[in-house]
Amino acid sequence: MPYRVTLALLVGLILAAPGAAWASGTKSTADHGKFEQLKGPFKSGPEVTAACLECHTEAASQLHKTTHWSWAFISPITGEELGKRNVVNNFCVATATNWPRCTSCHIGYGWDDDSFDLSQETAVDCLVCHDTTGTYKKYPAGAGHPAYVDKTFPPNNPNGEMFEAVDLGKVARSVGRTGRDTCGACHFTGGGGNGVKHGDMDTSLIDPPRALDVHMSPDGEGFTCATCHNPDGHDVPGSRYAPTARDTAGFDTPSAVYKSHATCESCHGTEAHAAHPKLNDHTDKVACQTCHIPEYARGGFKTKMWWDWSTAGTKVDGQKVVKDADGYPLHDVKKGDFRWQANVVPEYFWFDGRIDYTLLNETIDPQGVVEINSFSGGPHDPTARIWPFKVMRGRQPIDAEKNILAVPHLFGQDEDAFWGGGKFDWNKALRAGLRERGVDYSGSHAFVESAYYWPITHMVAPKEDAVGCNECHTTDGRLASLSGFYMPGRDSIDWLSKLGWASVALALAAVTGHALIRVFFALFHKVSQ
Amino acid sequence: MTRDMVFSRFERFWHWSQAALIIHLIMTGFEVNGAYEFYGYERAAELHRFNAWLLLGLSVFAIFWHFISGEWKQYIPTTDKMRAVLRYYTLDIFKKDSVHPFKMTPLVKHNPLQRIAYSAFNLMILPIIWVSGLLYMYYNDWPDIGMENVPLALVAGIHTAAGFAMLVFLIVHVYMIFTGKPLMRYLKAMITGYEDSHD
Ligand code: HEM
Repeated sequence: MPYRVTLALLVGLILAAPGAAWASGTKSTADHGKFEQLKGPFKSGPEVTAACLECHTEAASQLHKTTHWSWAFISPITGEELGKRNVVNNFCVATATNWPRCTSCHIGYGWDDDSFDLSQETAVDCLVCHDTTGTYKKYPAGAGHPAYVDKTFPPNNPNGEMFEAVDLGKVARSVGRTGRDTCGACHFTGGGGNGVKHGDMDTSLIDPPRALDVHMSPDGEGFTCATCHNPDGHDVPGSRYAPTARDTAGFDTPSAVYKSHATCESCHGTEAHAAHPKLNDHTDKVACQTCHIPEYARGGFKTKMWWDWSTAGTKVDGQKVVKDADGYPLHDVKKGDFRWQANVVPEYFWFDGRIDYTLLNETIDPQGVVEINSFSGGPHDPTARIWPFKVMRGRQPIDAEKNILAVPHLFGQDEDAFWGGGKFDWNKALRAGLRERGVDYSGSHAFVESAYYWPITHMVAPKEDAVGCNECHTTDGRLASLSGFYMPGRDSIDWLSKLGWASVALALAAVTGHALIRVFFALFHKVSQ
Repeated sequence: MTRDMVFSRFERFWHWSQAALIIHLIMTGFEVNGAYEFYGYERAAELHRFNAWLLLGLSVFAIFWHFISGEWKQYIPTTDKMRAVLRYYTLDIFKKDSVHPFKMTPLVKHNPLQRIAYSAFNLMILPIIWVSGLLYMYYNDWPDIGMENVPLALVAGIHTAAGFAMLVFLIVHVYMIFTGKPLMRYLKAMITGYEDSHD
């Protein structure tokens, strides 16, 4: 034991040094403001990229290998083809046919239809990740380009949000390391708005108080995303498609062998609770996140919990959009019904790291709840632990004859687009959407309830706010729904308790009876004297 | 009236601290088992584990003492006078001026019924509670001792069953204290160490 503690301290010290450096921003040996190549002026993003590549010769080809670029990911466990290109979700459903809107969160320029050439080097967008000025924003329907002239979104709408023309030269001359804001530009607003998708990531993490995120807070460790998701050659570790459910390697000692820092254990080890050793008895079965993220969406923003597409195309009391008191839409004629929630207690499941997706061509049960993703693991799996999840539920379109998930063509001005010329015609939108993915639409659609499980891993609270023992070790606590194992405080053996308390009652009755008879005879003897 | 020292200082210390520990172990144990809420699970479990170590320590100490002093022989079961004792508790005790057939002396402290009951306590209930309790405590190390396929519910169940046996024992034991004549006779003996001989 003492050996491990010493090792932990030692490794902690070694790691603390680079950790602090990351946090304060390492001093660079290059001042991009002095580079001839970046004098500009630049007319477009790709021109800037061409300049970057003059020195950073390998950057584009490194990025071309990543999921950030390809939006395709082959699960190393299931072999399923995942990534934004391939999965069907229960938010905006799918990317195909909706490219220019979706790819405003792609790290490239110009992905506006399926023919986008993924091998172009200058199509990589360096600035969206490396901007330090906060002025570089991708235009929402710009297929990854920022606004080169002032324009609003939605376009030509005086009430829309203004996107000012970006000064590409200035941005290029100020590039630096990624920050919470640059990663967050896409990851905090996934699903089309702040905090919509993940629940444990929203713009409150750009400058979080310590209570919200003990690692990322400037009052805590001041981490950026890359402190844990530390890239190697632009390859960012820590994938939601293939997470590490249980890291048994523990401390990630700096070494020549590159390894991801993205698990808690890579810094904290597998026995991090020196002051409360009982907690170390839990780390093999309970993910760190389960206790250390008591609730998600704690930063003051709500996350979307429910999206019912079946009511899209209808108005409520003549209104296109109905909002709640905090301004969150409850109904939108374009999208259907929503439910939102802040400070959400996660749902808990056993999880061994294997995720299976329900992909486009898989037959589904139209009567049941379609699990967009499902996972394996149970109490007796050595690799599985209890993990917290956000469960996104909703209702989404299916091809009612083929019993497969259907993908709508939403965005665009054309004849088929659900939000455009199609005028909320599901048949047109689904036929066009499915055609793009090589599927013939049968002509009849329906809606099915679905659930999408999001492992919760951000918004780690300070230790004093961690979930206490009593919240799980009790009859209807946080883990009430998990079965197949005996947990003290939650479980007892029913027949044994009945038998036991009956014996106790019998013993009490026997001694009371004996005592009463003694009292009776004592009185009797007294009276008869 | 004679005064005989029947319970030495050590025996009294041992008896009362064991009593306190066991009562508290029952309280905290059955809170963990879900019978009621007093400390809250976390505190109850913590106190239970801490008390358990104290009880184990005390037991080691007591076993040592009993062997060195030879007092363990007090617990050897006997049938001598058993009938009379049973008859006393079921019938004679209700009669006027009846006298317990067994006379407590420093050499023979326990009546035959007590010998059987205490032996059951010492050889069954306590060891089962210790072994199951220690296994419960070291659940995480079960794979190291080849117990990875044993369900925790089994060990917890055995421990709980022994806990119930302990509670039943305690109830009857406490009642029996007050079957002396006069009423406080036995209690006094275990507090002062002296047995007042009233005959
Ligand atoms: C008079 C003595 C004792 C009584 C009446 C007693 C009773 C109980 C009961 C009823 C439980 C709850 C079991 C369940 O619901 O699963 C329990 C739990 C437990 N007992 Fe005991 N026990 C006693 C002594 C001990 C001893 C001597 C040990 C250890 C050497 C021990 C260790 C434990 C442990 C580790 C637990 C689980 C508590 C937890 O959740 O961490 N107990 N006990």
